[in-house]
Amino acid sequence: MRIALFVTCLNDALFPQAGIATVAVLERLGHTVAFPPEQTCCGQLHANTGYARPARELERHTEAAFAGHDVIVSPSGSCAAHLRAHTALPVYELSELLVDVLGVTDVGARFPHRVTYHPTCHGLRMLRLGDRPQRLLRAVSGLELIDLPEPEQCCGFGGTFALKNAGVSGAMLADKCANAAATGAEYLAAADNSCLAHIGGGLARRPGAPRPIHYAEILAGTGARA
Amino acid sequence: MSRHLPIVAVTPFPAAAAHELKDAQLRANLGRATRTIRDKRARVVAEVPDWEELRERAARTKDEVLDRLPELLAAFEAAAVGAGAVVHHAADAAAANAIVADLVRQQGAERVVKIKSMATQEIGLNEALADAGITAIETDLAELIVQLADDTPSHILVPAIHYNRAQIREIFAERMPGFTAESDEPAVLAGAAREYLRRTFLSAQVAVCGANFAVAETGSLVIVESEGNGRMCLTLPGTLIAVVGVEKLLPRMADLGDFLRLLPRSSTGERMNPYTSIFTGVTPGDGPQRLHVVLLDNGRTKTAQDPVGRAALRCIRCSACLNVCPVYERTGGHAYGSVYPGPIGAILSPQLTGQDAGANRSLPYASTLCGACYDVCPVKINIPEILVHLRQTGPKPAAERAVMSTLSWVMRDRRRWRAALRAARTGAAPLRAVTRRHGGTLRRAPWPMTAWTAHRDAPLPAPESFRDWWRRTHAE
Repeated sequence: MRIALFVTCLNDALFPQAGIATVAVLERLGHTVAFPPEQTCCGQLHANTGYARPARELERHTEAAFAGHDVIVSPSGSCAAHLRAHTALPVYELSELLVDVLGVTDVGARFPHRVTYHPTCHGLRMLRLGDRPQRLLRAVSGLELIDLPEPEQCCGFGGTFALKNAGVSGAMLADKCANAAATGAEYLAAADNSCLAHIGGGLARRPGAPRPIHYAEILAGTGARA
Repeated sequence: MSRHLPIVAVTPFPAAAAHELKDAQLRANLGRATRTIRDKRARVVAEVPDWEELRERAARTKDEVLDRLPELLAAFEAAAVGAGAVVHHAADAAAANAIVADLVRQQGAERVVKIKSMATQEIGLNEALADAGITAIETDLAELIVQLADDTPSHILVPAIHYNRAQIREIFAERMPGFTAESDEPAVLAGAAREYLRRTFLSAQVAVCGANFAVAETGSLVIVESEGNGRMCLTLPGTLIAVVGVEKLLPRMADLGDFLRLLPRSSTGERMNPYTSIFTGVTPGDGPQRLHVVLLDNGRTKTAQDPVGRAALRCIRCSACLNVCPVYERTGGHAYGSVYPGPIGAILSPQLTGQDAGANRSLPYASTLCGACYDVCPVKINIPEILVHLRQTGPKPAAERAVMSTLSWVMRDRRRWRAALRAARTGAAPLRAVTRRHGGTLRRAPWPMTAWTAHRDAPLPAPESFRDWWRRTHAE
């Protein structure tokens, strides 16, 4: 199958590993990945911060960039959710593509580590990903999946919320980090690098806490983030 | 006398929240209370196989009310008047307060007993009555605690949720006439309040209430409660004054059943509430002989005209959204500066008052848009959608506006975007060595990212962007 990748602006700039891993998983499964070069940002940041017109312009820009593609994948729950709500593009979050469209749960990865999974809010409540990511992770050879306490609790990121309401965001983050640390896992995985940048930034200040990782990187079997 | 409305925040949410966050006792009280109630709710909601259909139908019923508001108000008034009630219309808080104060004065009463009512909290009725020389006594246990403490409610359903029982015993010991108990057992505290209130009920001539529902078809008012104090207020005094928000209407009596199933499970986590009172006009020789209904607008008609924001008026004040909100759980209700706190407050207060009132413009930003509130709302108010809508229609800082429009200009063209990525990478290069010690993240970032690094490390731009990697590895 020919699959177009929407890598997202955040991954493009800060976390290319998530995009590289997504490409690796899909190519390993025998699919062809396309990267429409005009793509930049889906407009979620603008929309949720209160800027409707720039958001609409970026949504239209993204629609044009992906015109003609029948299957689009994104390694970001919140960006996939935004595009699905505001454009007509056939966008799937990676676990939806793998489980629902390609019918795969074992992607042939190996990752011999203890991992806990944080189901991010937009993946959980907008896309209704359910346990798709966890099913994919359980099929990874050598991986021990440990339940995260209070998994459905928001980590406190919320885009510009993390800056505008830094105190509350920090209090929510502290609880998420404590729950992550209590699992004794080596890695905390999630489907959104925006949440992971926030949680990972908190975990970095706790010695011995799990390290953040996008679950696509685990599925690619590429191991830890450099 | 003018004072600010109890739905206008004085302090912007971030500053008010910072103050509340310092209170570790408050956070412990709230964490315990909200966790208990949200687990209870989840259990009893899971028992109802047609919960989603119920929510859908209730949402549709409330939307019908908003679509037919003037017509249904007229129908309610005709039916209520026909049954012996007197109906008044109040455009705003001041008008409603003046009507109630006049009615109490006409009865020659110096005090009134009150059933817990958000509408009267919203208009600051107790304070307005005090200005008119009338004492209002709250008879709901939690409202009484808040009133005795000279505090403001911090939760819609459980206004004293920010206190634990030891704190409540102290409030009673200090402020409740005749209180002597040493124990803070819930039964002892409730027993003391019961003694105190019983004397009050028997001597009151006038009661003031709100209404959970107002049925247009029959002119009936419906009050749902747990303690029975409401039933006392509705039956003992000779005069009853109900202050009812116009959105409380239901078109038909047959619509009530859905809401009586949705409300208790969503609010207290009970299958059914202990007391449901439905009363229609006046029955000679039985109960209050004078019933006044004050229909309150106070920004509701204006809110009903916003195609997105109007869904906030479906709210039946169950508080489920407060109990699941991670922001509310950390800050408590006072941070919202309104008697309507939490997610529903963040969309209701700014709409009722207009976003320019006080610091209400800060409320739509008091959310991560995590969506937990929408999931539990019994009338399916898409709170995250309305929060975003209010952000998009509300006032914004000029500097932020400039940053956002520059950013979107850069992002609308792949060459500009690629140049920006390269510039960011070059700018961040000197920082890379500094961050190596702690896994490549930045511990202290310069302004404007200081708010970020106050709480967490910041990531740096990658040494090679995804698109450069793609070009290097997949160029055709």
